[in-house]
Amino acid sequence: MGILEVKNVGKRFGGLQALGDVNLSVAERTVHAIIGPNGAGKSTLLNCLVGKLIPDTGSVMFDGQSVLGRRPHEINQMGISRVFQTPEIFGDLSVLENMMIPCFAKRDGAFELNAISSVMSQKDVVERARHMLDEMNMADKQGMHASSLSRGDKRRLEIGMCLSQEPRLLLLDEPTAGMARADTNNTIDLLKQISEERDITIAIIEHDMHVVFSLAERITVLAQGTPLVEDTPDNIKGHPKVREAYLGETQTAA
Amino acid sequence: MDAILLQILNGLDKGSAYALIALGLTLIFGTLGVVNFAHGALFMIGAFCAVTLSRILTLSHTVIDETQKDFLGNPLKVEVPYIYDIFGQTTGDAIIDWAVPLSILFAIPVMVGIGFAMERGLIKHFYKRPHADQILVTFGLAIVLQEIIKYFYGANPIPTPAPDAFRGSFDFGAMLGFDPNTIIYPYWRLVYFAFAAVIIGAVFAFLQFTTFGMVVRAGMADRETVGLLGINIDKRFTIMFGIAAAVAGLAGVMYTPINSPNYHMGMDFLVLSFVVVVVGGMGSLSGAVLAGFLLGILESFASMAIVLETLPGINQIIIYLVAIIILLTRPRGLMGRKGVMEE
Amino acid sequence: MFGLTKRDTTLLLVVAVLTIFAPFILNPFPEGSAMAQFNAGYPDLMQRLVIFGIFAIGFNILFGLTGYLSFGHAAFLGVGSYAAIWMMKLLTMNVIPAIMISVLVAGLFSLLVGWISLRRSGIYFSILTLAFAQMSYSLAYSVLTPITGGETGLQPKVNDPRILDAALTEGQNPRANLFGLEMGTSYEMAVGGWIFTFNAGYYIAAIVMLLAFYLSIRIFRSPFGMMLRAVKSNQQRLNYTGLNAKPYTLAAFVISGMYAGLAGGLLVAMDTQVGAERMFWTASGEVVLMTILGGAGTLIGPVLGAGFIKYMENIVSKINKTVLEQWFAFMPDGIEDFFITIVYPFVGKGWHLTLGLLFMMVVIFLPGGLVQGGQKVAGLFKRKKPVDDKPDGKTTPAE
Repeated sequence: MGILEVKNVGKRFGGLQALGDVNLSVAERTVHAIIGPNGAGKSTLLNCLVGKLIPDTGSVMFDGQSVLGRRPHEINQMGISRVFQTPEIFGDLSVLENMMIPCFAKRDGAFELNAISSVMSQKDVVERARHMLDEMNMADKQGMHASSLSRGDKRRLEIGMCLSQEPRLLLLDEPTAGMARADTNNTIDLLKQISEERDITIAIIEHDMHVVFSLAERITVLAQGTPLVEDTPDNIKGHPKVREAYLGETQTAA
Repeated sequence: MDAILLQILNGLDKGSAYALIALGLTLIFGTLGVVNFAHGALFMIGAFCAVTLSRILTLSHTVIDETQKDFLGNPLKVEVPYIYDIFGQTTGDAIIDWAVPLSILFAIPVMVGIGFAMERGLIKHFYKRPHADQILVTFGLAIVLQEIIKYFYGANPIPTPAPDAFRGSFDFGAMLGFDPNTIIYPYWRLVYFAFAAVIIGAVFAFLQFTTFGMVVRAGMADRETVGLLGINIDKRFTIMFGIAAAVAGLAGVMYTPINSPNYHMGMDFLVLSFVVVVVGGMGSLSGAVLAGFLLGILESFASMAIVLETLPGINQIIIYLVAIIILLTRPRGLMGRKGVMEE
Repeated sequence: MFGLTKRDTTLLLVVAVLTIFAPFILNPFPEGSAMAQFNAGYPDLMQRLVIFGIFAIGFNILFGLTGYLSFGHAAFLGVGSYAAIWMMKLLTMNVIPAIMISVLVAGLFSLLVGWISLRRSGIYFSILTLAFAQMSYSLAYSVLTPITGGETGLQPKVNDPRILDAALTEGQNPRANLFGLEMGTSYEMAVGGWIFTFNAGYYIAAIVMLLAFYLSIRIFRSPFGMMLRAVKSNQQRLNYTGLNAKPYTLAAFVISGMYAGLAGGLLVAMDTQVGAERMFWTASGEVVLMTILGGAGTLIGPVLGAGFIKYMENIVSKINKTVLEQWFAFMPDGIEDFFITIVYPFVGKGWHLTLGLLFMMVVIFLPGGLVQGGQKVAGLFKRKKPVDDKPDGKTTPAE
């Protein structure tokens, strides 16, 4: 029994069957990659997991509880954090404040009317946010406007914000899209380190095969809204169906 | 039965005005992504185009009429419109009488010009600014336009009558076999409704059957993709703004005989037209038109004496109430598409 | 001090000093001089300056922090006013219950309006709040006439019940007071050619304003305030961080509604009458303008904006043709007439035209308002020094 169990999930947009009949089981404390060509339904699947979309059929269970019908913040509070394709951070706030917000969410829940005491008087939260920035090697940037960070740093910050909530499942949506090689490698190292050091499950949607094969322990290949195969990276590499559906395409595209 | 029919008819003229303004608002919102708080002002300016033209037509010079004497026995001074000098008295009178319909010809170039100037001069610079800024700058513009009109035309409503031929009423009831005089409907309101129907039909036909309209519709659906095709969408959007301004202006021109124009009529209509757009569904042209007529008719039903006896004042707030109920039950409005203004 | 950082304490003290000495500051011209008509140090205007300051401070908590642009806040001001006047009719002419009930009623009403309007965001939200305000205005004018007095409005009458007050004797008028201290009480001080007026009502309103300002600083610096800024910055991230944006925005909406109610109650306390026009959309637009003109999202901005607009309104409305003729008298006749013709539409009754233009100018050229403008100017002078990339002070919580 995996920490995330997706059973018979289907989603239709008008005439388009975005997801056919998806079954997926993500085992606890693994790195599981979901790959597939454009339009395979990867993003739709991810959106169904975090409450942005509600599937037409099937069930999504996280740690034995259904996530369906719950709103994004409720699903997050259950222990699922999401990293977006383009880093979603609070651009108008300072880096430290960015890190403090998930710490408040962890401590106080989805809503707390804490309108009189000063932010800086919340020592535990400040402490924790500083500690997380330290871990992300961003302590020197805590006073900066988040929007003025480099792309790689924005990504680090976003991942750090997710980790500060101590989620049990971290969902990453093409975390290296549009990154330079050096930044990509840094991100890979960071994610490797996270999965080794923490009690965490990582599910990652990725286009970049280099990233996928450096990180994943299991890979699910989606094509046209249904899982084609699920196996270890080594077996996936040689799989003829996958070559046909996916790898061939990227090789010619590259 | 006859009472119901009468209320439907009564709702049509206000509904037409709502529909025309909401149509323009939706066109501008759908194409440019801008909420135009100055759209009501365009309606108002249209109405004052009619006032202006009728003033121009009646510009007069003083002539001494030897045939008439005033009470002191001196020759009477009479004002003679210049237009008599050009066309003679009979034709001149007819032209003055038809000032409102003639204003359509006058208003189209004026409104399109104002629309172009607004889009190129102001709105264009706000495409990339937050919606709040767009709202605020057009709101400021609305105040300015309104105050300019007030400065030149004063604060009081200016009666602008319909041509004599349409001044009477039409006994609908007699025609449909009810008792005479149960359903009496002023001719001009019929004209207004027909006019609105023609304009709405023309706008839809234009969008449906011309290449220009096709591109605009595609742009409303997905602006980025159309932009990628290398089509100069901006230029077309400027023209759409001109068209929307003209539609609002014409709605104003023809409304003058129904309600004497004053400088704040635009804002009065704008608030309700926004509600119409919300009820119809943001970004849906047919929704705007449908909701316009629907709310116009509802308002007229709410003004019936029998309704007012049980629910006093309901006519003042019915539109808002409906809007709130629609919003609570169908957040996207009657015909709103998914994904428009969701976040 | 007061649980504030040094910087915020300084700001609070500056505002406190300005309000306390307003009767001097706003009366720069000696009595009887040609410019004396531009003095603003009389009680009625000073009261409005601080009361609209409160209104704008509250509006800024919603608009400045969350970015939700409400176009219907005048409705809460109006509702607060009506509630206050009813307290004065039924209970007592003491302003305390009136002000308390106005805050409470406006809070409840804004809870209802906010709960519905906040189902949508962006433009939809603005339109909905506008529709609600217009509905309230129409209701106050028509159906609710028994409660609102319709077109004539409401004011305390001699024969109102007022169960807590002693009955008024013949010829006595009900006057708003604070435990006997009447709002209209003034002390005039003559210094040389100047006359300075110290008015009880003004100082009571000013103290309330300072408290309201202090509270807004606390809100700005609190975790709640930070969440509101996060709503404005990236609502999606906030939701995916396990935080529910809706109760945060609703709380901000209600707080700003209560500020508006407070302002409405104070308006009644100072001038015991109310009419529906107080809720008209132009009044809602005015508070938006005050907030942006000063600088939305900054602490001091709304206070500056409210002061500036109300002061300008007073000055500009007073300028008439005679005044213009005096001003341009030094010019040759033809040019003088030309200038008078140009300027005349913008002054006197043309104040709204000036206001509209000001509105556009601020949005187009100075979206950050006066505060940002001031920072820019200050930046020009600092340019010569080495540039330190210390981030913008207002978004970084100072320690």
